[in-house]
Amino acid sequence: MDSNEVKMSVELDVFVGNTTIMDEEVYQLWLDGYTVSDAVSIRMKSGILEQFGTTEDVLESDTMDHYRTFQMTERLLHHPSKLVNQVLFQIPPHRQAMLIERYYAFDEAFVREVLGKKLSKGTKKDLDDVSAKTGITLKSCRRQFDNFKRVFKVVEEMKGPLVENVQCNFLLSDKLARDYAAIVFFANSRFETGKKKLQYLTFEDFAFCACQLIQNWTVGAVDNMVEDMDVDLDKEFLQDLKDLKILITDKDMLDQHKSLVCTGLRGKIQVFNEMEGNFKNLSRGLINIAAKLTNTKDVRDFFIDLVEKVIEPCKADRWLISDVRAFLTQYTNSARALDGFKYVQSS
Amino acid sequence: MPGKLKVKICAGRHLPVMDRASDLTDAFVEVKFSNTTFKTEVYPKSLNPQWNSEWFKFEVDDEDLQDEPLQITVLDHDTYSANDAIGKVYIDIDPLLCSEAATVICGWFPIYDTIHGIRGEINVSVKVDLFNDLNRFRQSSCGVKFFCSTSIPKCYKAVVVHGFVEELVVNEDPEYQWIDRIRTPRASNEARQRLISLMSGELQRKIGLKVLEMGGNAVVGYLQCFDLEGESGLVVRAIGTACTLDKISNTSAAQLPACNSPSKEIKEAPFSEDPNPNTYSSGPSTPLKNQTYSFSPSKSYSRQSSSSDTDLSLTPKTAKSPKGPRISLCPSSPTLSSDFPTLINPFQLHLGSGTTHSLTPPHSGHASPLVLRKSVSFSEDLLLAASGMGSGGSAGKDGGHLKTLLRQQTQSALEQREFPFFTLTSFPLGFLIHAGGVVSARSVKLLDRIHNPDEPETRDAWWEEIRQEIKSHAKALGCHAVVGYSESTSICEEVCILSASGTAAVLNPKFLQDGCLDCYSENRLSRQPTFFSTGSEKGEFDFFLQSKDSSSMLGLEDTSPPSCGFCHIPYDELNMPFPAHLTYCCNCRRQKVPDVLFTTIDLPVEAAVTGRGCLIQARLCRLKKKAQGEANATAISNLLPFMEYELHTQLMNKLKLRGMNALFGLRIQISVGENMLVGLASATGVYLTALPAPGGIQIAGKTPSDIAYEQHISNIQKKINDTVSRNKELYEIHPLEISEEVIGSPIPEPRQRSRLLRSHSESSDEVSELDLSHGKKDAFVLEIDDADAVEDILSLLTDAPLPTGFYSCNTENMPGIHNWTSSIQMFTTVRVFRLNNVNLTNQGLNKSFNDLCENLLKSLYFKLRSMIPCCLCHLNFTVAVPEDELIQVAATAVAMTFDKDQAQEILKSNTAPMKAISENEEQLQFPMELSSDSPSVQTFPPSKGFLENASPQTIQGTSRATSVDYSSFADRCNSWIELIKLKAQTIRRGSIKTTPSLDKASPLAEGHLRLRSTPSCTDSTVTVVKMTPLSFIPGAKIIKYLGIINMFFIRETTSLREEGGVSGFLHTFIAEVFAMVRAHVAALGGNAVISYIMKECVFMENSNKNQAQCLINVSGDAVILIRESEQEGVPIQTHGSTSQTPQSGGAPVS
Repeated sequence: MDSNEVKMSVELDVFVGNTTIMDEEVYQLWLDGYTVSDAVSIRMKSGILEQFGTTEDVLESDTMDHYRTFQMTERLLHHPSKLVNQVLFQIPPHRQAMLIERYYAFDEAFVREVLGKKLSKGTKKDLDDVSAKTGITLKSCRRQFDNFKRVFKVVEEMKGPLVENVQCNFLLSDKLARDYAAIVFFANSRFETGKKKLQYLTFEDFAFCACQLIQNWTVGAVDNMVEDMDVDLDKEFLQDLKDLKILITDKDMLDQHKSLVCTGLRGKIQVFNEMEGNFKNLSRGLINIAAKLTNTKDVRDFFIDLVEKVIEPCKADRWLISDVRAFLTQYTNSARALDGFKYVQSS
Repeated sequence: MPGKLKVKICAGRHLPVMDRASDLTDAFVEVKFSNTTFKTEVYPKSLNPQWNSEWFKFEVDDEDLQDEPLQITVLDHDTYSANDAIGKVYIDIDPLLCSEAATVICGWFPIYDTIHGIRGEINVSVKVDLFNDLNRFRQSSCGVKFFCSTSIPKCYKAVVVHGFVEELVVNEDPEYQWIDRIRTPRASNEARQRLISLMSGELQRKIGLKVLEMGGNAVVGYLQCFDLEGESGLVVRAIGTACTLDKISNTSAAQLPACNSPSKEIKEAPFSEDPNPNTYSSGPSTPLKNQTYSFSPSKSYSRQSSSSDTDLSLTPKTAKSPKGPRISLCPSSPTLSSDFPTLINPFQLHLGSGTTHSLTPPHSGHASPLVLRKSVSFSEDLLLAASGMGSGGSAGKDGGHLKTLLRQQTQSALEQREFPFFTLTSFPLGFLIHAGGVVSARSVKLLDRIHNPDEPETRDAWWEEIRQEIKSHAKALGCHAVVGYSESTSICEEVCILSASGTAAVLNPKFLQDGCLDCYSENRLSRQPTFFSTGSEKGEFDFFLQSKDSSSMLGLEDTSPPSCGFCHIPYDELNMPFPAHLTYCCNCRRQKVPDVLFTTIDLPVEAAVTGRGCLIQARLCRLKKKAQGEANATAISNLLPFMEYELHTQLMNKLKLRGMNALFGLRIQISVGENMLVGLASATGVYLTALPAPGGIQIAGKTPSDIAYEQHISNIQKKINDTVSRNKELYEIHPLEISEEVIGSPIPEPRQRSRLLRSHSESSDEVSELDLSHGKKDAFVLEIDDADAVEDILSLLTDAPLPTGFYSCNTENMPGIHNWTSSIQMFTTVRVFRLNNVNLTNQGLNKSFNDLCENLLKSLYFKLRSMIPCCLCHLNFTVAVPEDELIQVAATAVAMTFDKDQAQEILKSNTAPMKAISENEEQLQFPMELSSDSPSVQTFPPSKGFLENASPQTIQGTSRATSVDYSSFADRCNSWIELIKLKAQTIRRGSIKTTPSLDKASPLAEGHLRLRSTPSCTDSTVTVVKMTPLSFIPGAKIIKYLGIINMFFIRETTSLREEGGVSGFLHTFIAEVFAMVRAHVAALGGNAVISYIMKECVFMENSNKNQAQCLINVSGDAVILIRESEQEGVPIQTHGSTSQTPQSGGAPVS
C-alpha cells in the first residue's frame, strides 16, 4: 500500500471568519517577531497538541492563518482610528482594543534602550544592536521603534494635552497613553537616559518624571490655550530659573535659606547632620542644574546631572527617600519665604 | 411603467493616494445607470472628499430597473492625462423595487477594484420613486420578493406554494471575446462583472414574470448559479419555488390559514359545495375509515389499492414510464444491474415483516408494479435502494377511499405541473407526508458554442431531460413530488456534468383539502363579514379546544403522528421499486418503514429523533484517462455509476458505524477534472426513532483460508463493534426498544403519552434493551474478498472522532441540540492541494483525498475550539478539480455555541405544549385556524392527530426559530384564490388583534433609530453584520427581509508574491467579499445576512507569471434582526465600542 501513498502538498489554505478570529497567544508570538515555524514550535511546547488532540499540520495552518490576518491588520493598526472604521475585518470593539493595546505595548528592555534618543533612521539602523543586547527579535524592535516614531510624529506638533492627544489618536489605555506621552516627551527633549549611571532607573521612573515635567514645566502646564504645549519645556520658565542663582551666589541668601531649611527639618530627618554639612553643595547642585536648562545640551543631561549632583551625594550619606522628600519640600518652601523670592509665589 | 431612480453621492473616505507628488487624490465620481451618466465635481486634494452632490435622477423603465445595476465609479482627476479609476461600486437596486423590502439604500460602500481590491469607501444614498399603482405590479415582475432561504421566511406565511420556477440565460463570456486580447485585465474583469450582474438581473426579472404568471408574489429557495463554459459561453441559471406569501403583521387580526390549497380540487370534491364545513367531511369519512381497518391481510393490499385506484393517473404512468427506470447518468450506458449482483447484495434484505397482520390500511395509490424493479438500472437501483425506502402509506392516516380520492386530487393537481419540484428543504407543519428517498440524475454533455444567446434552447433541453428523469424516479418511488430539489454542474474543458437531486415525497392531500376548506370558508365568510369579524377569533379557539377533546374522546387515533409519518413508505410494500427491508414503524407501530432513509431535505422539526446527529461524508476519487470530446464524455459516463455506488456504500457503512438510520441534507457532488473525478457526499446522520435500530456491521471473510486471516477478520470486527458502541455513547443514541406485544396491539395509545414516553426514553440508558435490538436485527454484512475491501473497511475506521464538545451537521437543524446561545461564527475556508505523485492510483488518491477532508475538519475544530460546546452547522464541502493535479475543497459554515446545561430543560419543555403556544403568536395561529376553518377534524383523523402533535411541535418551532407556515399547491384557480385572499385581507384589516411579540411599531424605523442612537463615544461607523448559512440566527428574531444579496466579484493580481502568495491573495479577497456583503446589507438598513452561501469560488493561478485570478459568487437574504430577549439589553446595532473607553471617542457617528 505504501507505494500508493500520494504525496500531497497544500497549495493554498485559508480560513476567513465573518468575525475575525484572533488568538491572543498567536498574536503575542507575532508581535514578538517570531517566524511561523518558531511560533509553531513554541505553541507545540505549550502542550496544545495534546490538549486538543490535533496535529502539527493543523497548528501550522492555524498559525499561518493568524499571521496572515495580523499582517493584513497591521497597516490598520498603524492608524488605530482606521481600524475602528475599517470595513475589511469585523472585529468586536473589545478585541479591537486588545489588538491596539498589544500592538502598542513595548518591552521595558527595549524602551530603556531607546528612551530619549532621536527617533531617526540612524537610531533605527542601530536596532540590531539593541536586539542583540536585549534578546528581543529585530522584528519586534522595529515594530516598537516604529510605534514610538509614529506616535511622536502625530502628536509632536499637536495642540492640547499630550496624554489626551496620544489617547485620541491611538485609542490607547490611560496607562499606555501616559507611557507614550513620556516617550514622546523624552524623545523631543532628547533626555539622556542611557548612561551607565542611569541604568538603575526603570522606564517607570522616567515616565513618572516625564509626567511631572509635563504637568509643571511645559507651556501647557501654565496656559492650555497656547500652542505647542505639552511637548516642549516652557522656555520662559527655564529662563526664569536662572534667577534662582541668587540662592547660591548671594552669601546671605544662602545662609538664610540654609537656616530656614535646617530649622524646618531639625529632628525630622535622620540625616540631619549630613544635610546640614552638605547643604551648600546640594543647593549649588540643584540650582546649577536649574539655571543651565536654557541650554538644550544641558537639558539632555538633566537626569545625569541630577544623579551626579544630587542623588549620588545623598546616597553616599545614606539618605532615606523620606529624608530626600522632606528636604526638597522644605528647601522649596523656605526659598519662597526668602525676601527676594516673594514674586515667585505671585506668578 | 417608468420609475425614477435617485442617487446622491455624499462623501468618500480612506481613498488611496493617487498623486504621489502630493500624497493626495483629486477624486470625482461617475454615476451610471443604463445609458445615462452623471458626474460629481472634482473634490481636490483629499483622501476624504465631501462631494455632497445633488440628487442625480434617472428616469428609466422598470425592466431596466430590474436588469441593470447602478454603477458608481470613483476616479482621480488628472489635468494632463486620462483620469485614473480608483474603483467601482455596483449596487443592485432590486430591493428598492419591492414595497416590503428596503426603502432606501444608504451607507458606506467599499470601492472595489478588480486589481487592487478595496480602496476606500464611498457614501451613497439611493432611492427609487415608483409610480405606485397596483396594476404595475401585475404587468411586470417588479415587486416579486426573492428569498435564498429554503424554508418559508420567518415573518411570512405561505398562502400558496405554487411550485417550481426555473430560467436560464446565456451569453458570450467577455473573457473569451476577441476584444479581450487588446483590453486590460481590469477592463475585461469589469466587463464580466457587469455582464453577470446584468444577466442576474434579467434572470430574476424573468423568473419574477413566471411567478406572476403562476399567481405568486415571491420565490423561496431561490438558487442562482453560473456556469463558466469557457469558449462556449456563460450560462446563468436559477431555480426556485414560487409562492404566495403573506406578511405576518400585527395589525391583521385573524390570520387566515396559509394552506390555501389548490382550488381546482375543491370543485371536484363532491362535498365541497356544502356551505357548512362542520358537516362537510364527517359523514363520509368515518365509515370509510372503518372500512379501512378491515383490509388487514397484507397480501391483499396491493390488489385492494390498485383496484380502488384504477383511475389514479400516477399508477399507470409509473408502470409504463420508460424514463423512470432508465439509467439516470448516461442514456448510453448499459443497464448494469445484472452484471453486478454482488454489488447490490448489501441492499437485498428480506421483506420479512410483511406477513405480520396489522392495521396498516391499504396504500392508496402508488402501486408500483413489480416489473419496475427489474428494469431499474444499476445506478438508479442503488440510488433508490440506498436512499431508500421512504414512507408509508399515507393511507394510514385516514380513511382509505376518501384518502385515495384526496390523493388523487393532489396528484392530479401536481400532475398539471410540468415539474412538481420544490427547492424548499423544510416545510410548514403537515406539508410533507412521506419522504420516499433520494432521487438524483446526472448527465454528461459536450459543450458547444451557444450561437444565439436569445435562444438558450440546448441548455434548456438538457435540464428538461434531467428534470424529467427526476420526476420519473420520484414516481417509481410512489411519490408525486420532489422536495429539497437542487441542480448543479461541473465543467472541465468541454465536458459538463449536469446533476440534479431531490427527495421524492408525498405531500399532504389532506392538508390540501384543508386548504380548500379554508378557501371555501373564507369565501363563505367573506360574504358575511360581520359574522367573521365578530365570531371568528373566539370561534377559532373554541373549535380548537373542542376538536381536541372530542377527537381524543372518540379515539380515532390511527393517524400517523408527524414525528414519524414522513418516514412511512409511500410505495406499495409488495411492489417495491427496489429491495428494501421493511418493518413496522417503531413510533406508531402501524405503518411500514424502511430500515434506512436518505433525504436531501432538512430534518423535519417534528421528527422524533433519538440522540444527536452528526456529519457524515463519503469521499472518493477516481482516475480517468485524459481524453477529448466524445470519448471523454463516454469515459466519464461509464465512471459515474461506480462512483455513485461507492459513495452510497460509504455513506451506508459510515451511517451504520455511527449506529444511525437516516441521512438528511444529502448532497452528492461529483466534480470532473482532466484526469480524475472527485466525489464528495455530505449528509447529516441521525437516529430516527421511527426507524428500526440499525444492525451492526458484520465482517465476513469470503475465503477463510487460515487462522491468521480469521484472526485478522475478527480483529477488524471487534474494532468496528467498539466504534459502533463508542459512537452510540457519543451521539447519545439509546433507543427505547418497545416490546413485541406492543407491536401487535391494535389499540392505539394516545399520542401524547407515547411521545412523553419516548422523550423520557431518550435520556435513559437502557443498555440491555439496546442489546436486544442488536440481536434481533439483521446485521449489515460486509464481505471481504480482496485487499480493496479490507482497505475500504479500514478507511471506515480512520474517520477521526469529533473532539469533545464539538458536533457537526450539514443541515439547518442539529438534531438533539436546541439551546443555542447567540454566539455564532460564520466562516469560509478554502484549501487547494497538489498531488505530487506521478503514478497515481485510485487507492492512493482516495486515501489522500480522505486525509485532506479529515485534516480540513480537524483544522476547523481546532480553530473554533474557543466556542466549545459548539456545533458546526451547514458544513457543506464543495470540491473542484481546477487543474490537472489540484483538488480544491471549499466550505462555508457556521459554528454556533450551545448551552449544555439547558439541554435537558428544553427537552422537558417539549412535552409541555401549552406553554409554548403562548410564547409565539405566529405559531399559535396555525392550530387555531386550522381547527376553526376545518372543523371536520372531529371526524377526520389526520388533522386531529396533526393538531395534537402540532402542539409539541410548536415548542420545537419556537426554540429553533422556525416558522410554522403551511401551504399547498394551486395551479389552475389561482386567480380564484387571489380573489378570496383579497377579500379576506379586507376583512382582516377590520379586526384588531395585538400581538405582543410583534408589537414593535416600525421595524425598519426602529432599526434605523438604533443605528442612529449609538452612543456618541463610539468611534465606529461600521454596522456589525452577522452572517450565517442558516435561515435563522439563534436568540434573534427576524423582523424584516430587505431583499436578496447576490454578488459576483472577480479579483486578479499580477503581483501574487507581493500579496502574500496564493493564500494571502485569496484570504484578502474572501475578507473583501465579506466586507462588501456586509456593507450592502448595512446600507439596506439590515444587520444580518441569512442563508448565505458561496456558490462559486473559481481560483486560477500561474505562479510563474506571478499572477492569479479568482471569481466568487455569493448570495443570501439581507434581514433586520432584533434580539429575542430584552434582558440581554444592548441591541445588536449598538455596534460601538462598549468596552472601548470613552476617551477613544472623537468622530461623531454619522
